[in-house]
Amino acid sequence: MFLSLFIICLTVAVLLAQVNKMTAKPIAEAKAMKLQNAIGEVVPAFDNDPVAEAYKMPVGTGDSLLVYPAKMGDEVVGYALSSSSNNGFSGEIQIMVGFDTEDRIINYAVLQHAETPGLGSKMTEWFRNREKPSQSIIGRDLSQGTLAVSKDGGSVDAITASTITSRAFLEAVNKAYLAYSESKPDVFSGATPDKIASDAAHESTEIKEEEKNNE
Amino acid sequence: MNNNLKVLINGVIKENPIFVLLLGMCPTLATTSSAINGMSMGLATMFVLICSNMVISMLKNVIPDMVRIPAYIVVIATFVTIIEMVMNAYVPALADSLGIFIPLIVVNCIVLGRAEAFASKNGVFASIFDGAGMGLGFTLSLTVLGAVRELMGTGKIFSMTIYPEQYGSLLFVLAPGAFIVLGYLIAIFNKLQHK
Amino acid sequence: MEQKLIVSPSPHVHSGDTIEKNMYNVLIALIPAFLVALYVFRLDALIITASAVLFCVGFEYLIVKYILKKTPTVTDGSAIITGVLLAFNVPSDLPLWILALGCLFAIGVVKLSFGGLGNNIFNPAIAGRIFLLISFPAQMTTWPAAATATATDAVSSATVLGNLRLAPEALPSLQTMFLGTEAGSLGEMSVLALLIGLVYLLWKKTITWHIPLSIMGTVALFTGILYAFNPVPLYHPLIHLFSGGLMLGAIFMATDYVTSPMTRKGMLIYGAGIGFVTVAIRLWGAYPEGVSFAILLMNAFTPLINNYTSPKRFGEVVKHG
Repeated sequence: MFLSLFIICLTVAVLLAQVNKMTAKPIAEAKAMKLQNAIGEVVPAFDNDPVAEAYKMPVGTGDSLLVYPAKMGDEVVGYALSSSSNNGFSGEIQIMVGFDTEDRIINYAVLQHAETPGLGSKMTEWFRNREKPSQSIIGRDLSQGTLAVSKDGGSVDAITASTITSRAFLEAVNKAYLAYSESKPDVFSGATPDKIASDAAHESTEIKEEEKNNE
Repeated sequence: MNNNLKVLINGVIKENPIFVLLLGMCPTLATTSSAINGMSMGLATMFVLICSNMVISMLKNVIPDMVRIPAYIVVIATFVTIIEMVMNAYVPALADSLGIFIPLIVVNCIVLGRAEAFASKNGVFASIFDGAGMGLGFTLSLTVLGAVRELMGTGKIFSMTIYPEQYGSLLFVLAPGAFIVLGYLIAIFNKLQHK
Repeated sequence: MEQKLIVSPSPHVHSGDTIEKNMYNVLIALIPAFLVALYVFRLDALIITASAVLFCVGFEYLIVKYILKKTPTVTDGSAIITGVLLAFNVPSDLPLWILALGCLFAIGVVKLSFGGLGNNIFNPAIAGRIFLLISFPAQMTTWPAAATATATDAVSSATVLGNLRLAPEALPSLQTMFLGTEAGSLGEMSVLALLIGLVYLLWKKTITWHIPLSIMGTVALFTGILYAFNPVPLYHPLIHLFSGGLMLGAIFMATDYVTSPMTRKGMLIYGAGIGFVTVAIRLWGAYPEGVSFAILLMNAFTPLINNYTSPKRFGEVVKHG
């Protein structure tokens, strides 16, 4: 009885090990591809590996964003920043925003959200509708001032019936810009701050502590 | 052969797992927000059904009665894990949208149900046909359910626009739509069968 | 067909008190709220209400006659009430095709699929409203400025509740909310007009006080306790009572005979449940308003409540007495 169950389990384990070995590489590649695609969507064409060159940029109080620089040859063509906001209608909103080298937004991609379907969820397309300049944030120059919805005196039309989501979304964009504007001069002077490999990118606490020690 | 064909058709119509047996409701309701999602879920389940039915009918004389359920579960879980890994590797977008429901095929009662009720008592070929029939019935039902929900919710079928999206009722893409549409489809299916 | 004696949930037809009479009493009680809607939204209110009634009666007639192939039952007035209540629950500028879909859902899916009046588990008007709210959230949650609004930036009913979480300083005064000149769904305008309707229904004995008052009481108590600990507008009991669809829901929707419990005790449990769920959704849910979801949820509990609160049979020995 136990023998037969043992034999079945053993066979199965060997089989699964084989399949795992075969698919491990494609799975890792697919995951990297997803991040790569999100970056590719929000910055111009590049030929470097932004994920490998990613670095952390602290903003405000204890928060820090991942910056993915996109380069063509040696020249930086844009930055993709992953940013987030907790002030949406429900849950965290995670976005990827792309800036060119002159403070303008190239494009954005919503990575994750839990907003109300049909209302807040429209943000994935709403803010890049090129036919409606008053609601699109594409091409906006943030050095002229950060973004706000028109209800708060800003220049961006909020999603119909979803002002809260719109505010949270713009907050995430503004946060990304803050990190971007702080990181930009450093890159131009050639001294990239705490450049790290993507593998270590998520160990933020360690890096921050190192920074403090260096200072 | 004739008998095998009967087994196959039985799974699609007379004992359709969704509309007649009402088995495996969890993935049915959760993954059918579009026709393509429903179909993929159905095909993944069909693969597991055929493979597990085949292996279990081959092993039925080797497995002692006492441990048959654990043995079945191990076999089923193996095939589910295989298809999960393969989907993650080669169709990551689809794997993302089906999410947790691929691993949950393990506990789909159709799979264990057919292993216990059919594969453990019948030959290898008959079991393969039973798995295929049940899987086909499951796939067809999920595809129809997904297509109706996609059409009423977004005006599309298999992402092909039938009418403008803004006239679609979002409810049908969301969870309540699954229950409502399923209810009506069961009613229609029963009505047609009793004719 | 041989005569069957069926023990069934209300409405029961008995001496002189017919379905029609009760239904038309409800319609009369809705008149004050309708007049306020006319005053605030002018012609739009009339168009929406008339179309909703027309759609509901029309769909009921067509479905019963051609799909169910039975004698149409539209004269009992219940389809008219469904139409009016649904109209009272939508913004005054809702496109008519969306309204028609809502009526079709309310009548076709929620009422007739279950077997028509008396057999429906859920209140058709509430279910129709929720169907529209989930399906067309943008159109259902943007309200036009009231024609009578004096402020340049008219306050909408949803924003009263939406603002609760976000910008409490933008709330209208309680008096405005009570008399009803802020924008919102058609029939949610004036708390006063709805209360007049309640008094009429109680006077005519069409409904009893148990359901409406237990809903209002629970809402007031629940928010009152929270307010006592943390006195911010978000928890102000009167704001919760006067805003959104609470009055309309408590007086006209929750009291639907078919979908509410039969016994007094059951009604109190049912009302308390609605009040509790409403506040929970308003404070912590994904939608700003929760009255209709709360009513729908408690509709589902009605058979269970009936089961547990059924009165003792005469002569039955009380166990463990």
